Amino acid sequence: MESTPNSFRNMPDERGHFGDYGGRYVAETLMPLILELETAYRAAQADPAFDAQFQDLLEHYVGRPSPLYFAERLTEALGGAQVWFKRDELNHTGAHKINNCIGQILLAIRMGKKKIIAETGAGQHGVATATVCARFGLPCTIFMGATDVSRQQPNVFRMKLLGAEVIPVTSGAATLKDAMNEALRHWVANVEDTFYIIGTAAGPHPYPEMVRNFQSVIGKEAREQMVSRTGRLPDLLVAAIGGGSNAIGLFHPFLDDADVKMLGVEAAGHGLDKEHAASLAGGSPGVLHGNKTYLLQDADGQITEAHSISAGLDYPGIGPEHAWLKETGRVEYTSITDDEALDAFQLLCRTEGIIPALEPSHAIAAVAKRAKEMDRDAIILANLCGRGDKDIFTVAEALGVEM
Amino acid sequence: MTRLASAFAKGRPALVCFITAGDGDTASNLDALVDGGADVIELGMPFTDPMADGPAIQAANLRSLGVGSTTRDVLLIANEFRERHPDVPLVLMGYANPMIRRGPEWFAAEAAACGVDGVICVDIPPEEDDALGPALRAKGIDLIRLATPTTDTARLPTVLDGSSGFVYYVSVAGITGLQQAATASIEDAVARLKAATDLPIAVGFGVRTPEQAGAIARVADGVVVGSALVELCEKHGTAAPEHIRALTASLAEAVHTARKEIAA
Repeated sequence: MESTPNSFRNMPDERGHFGDYGGRYVAETLMPLILELETAYRAAQADPAFDAQFQDLLEHYVGRPSPLYFAERLTEALGGAQVWFKRDELNHTGAHKINNCIGQILLAIRMGKKKIIAETGAGQHGVATATVCARFGLPCTIFMGATDVSRQQPNVFRMKLLGAEVIPVTSGAATLKDAMNEALRHWVANVEDTFYIIGTAAGPHPYPEMVRNFQSVIGKEAREQMVSRTGRLPDLLVAAIGGGSNAIGLFHPFLDDADVKMLGVEAAGHGLDKEHAASLAGGSPGVLHGNKTYLLQDADGQITEAHSISAGLDYPGIGPEHAWLKETGRVEYTSITDDEALDAFQLLCRTEGIIPALEPSHAIAAVAKRAKEMDRDAIILANLCGRGDKDIFTVAEALGVEM
Repeated sequence: MTRLASAFAKGRPALVCFITAGDGDTASNLDALVDGGADVIELGMPFTDPMADGPAIQAANLRSLGVGSTTRDVLLIANEFRERHPDVPLVLMGYANPMIRRGPEWFAAEAAACGVDGVICVDIPPEEDDALGPALRAKGIDLIRLATPTTDTARLPTVLDGSSGFVYYVSVAGITGLQQAATASIEDAVARLKAATDLPIAVGFGVRTPEQAGAIARVADGVVVGSALVELCEKHGTAAPEHIRALTASLAEAVHTARKEIAA
């Protein structure tokens, strides 16, 4: 990239490494395919027609640009900094996931691939992938942990309505990481004709970079909108992190704006001393799913189960660029518990008339803490990366409401 | 000559047998493999997320971890095997994370001290060799790389550079234990590998029966059998050794005599 030597925006290196993290830790069967994918992606990046088609679909199919919204009543309620939201929950399919799926399916078509596979946890990435497959007429197979299939039935039905085949994964703990294992196993056996649309900014190079670049539309739009509306850059960016795709999409275009601070919010589940999904706060570096990054693991390197009330944050790893940004100190990372996220969920419903997904509810909870400590003329920009319709059953159960 | 080199220099094809450490009475299962005639032992290191393995070995990993197997236990099994069988080559096979958790130097030193001859790490391709390769070489442990149907001629030198011991040819693009490849395609692949390296070529993935093993042994230097043995561990539990010994003996007979049949 044409960045300055001291830029935070010129990662990864040519081997796909973000400092010590990232890389291509895959079985040899996949390695030639990963290299072919990188070559094809570089060619697509250099082709104005590819970007033109991507931008056209983002505008007319996804509904971009998403609004930048000043949350006036939330700001008043918190009594501190101004809180602004990037409204990616208004995208088609209700979350930021579709941005990346559009980009990857265009690449798959360009590569002549005939079938699409994807993993999903809560089902949001599965729905977004099934959506773009229907739009482009490609057969779609979604791997989903059997545990998640039973607790996310509405999304399973959505995927099926969209024509996808949903394969419940019973191996391991039958959750997101096992779904990813099974998708990788399927891919290994079907490398010639199948494209794997990974849903977050993780996995083997070039996925973390590619997903980041497709999601960077969030930050690019937000930066322009903020300057246009307020005449200046925000003081603090806040985003929730599971694998970290919405956060890196928001952060990356601002990384070289030295005055803009950034806060990534992991899921602390029942608490960092109990079951949680905070890989940076409670994990350590290791290798899983094609990349080196922070993982929840034991002393022998066995991967431990994550927990979060938000299925989208319930993953024992994190994108490698976040691991690097943590170590460089450019981005600060914190964590929010299930209970704090539930409080923030209700706060946003009542102050702004917006039902957020449980994932951005973690970001909102962190915003609530920080806003109170900041001056009233300071600006916080948080990514409202998904809407909460999918979560109302989970929230009802957590609040003890029978439906 | 190293133990691994000797195993492939017996004037006949070698039988390479895999079981998962900590799945049942591993010491007795390993002894049964040796008694049955295995030339090289692959000892699987259990991992929570065995992405390249099919159902049989996935389940073996979970059984082993379910009874609390640790890296220390795996190394102890290797060390005791080496004491009982000073001449049989032993290879640790597994995934990157358990191998590098305490640092690659720690793992290489411990493995060397336990008499391990080689390491197969499924998810460290040549591009990430720094993560483990230098540490193993410094301790004289062979790094056995995998070549696959997707490893084309242009890429092959990259895979072979830094490989030692033998080359493990994965005969199908897929996971362990399920499909089997056509013998003709294996013959072509082995010829392609032989043209590029002097290392012995062992062929695995999907090899279950003496008939399949014998057919591959006609064209390769070694045959790897894993899932079929691991399934015996699952089915027979503590009674597995006698079944393992019987299957290994029939596999060894087929592999060791495969070339004689051609000569006759």
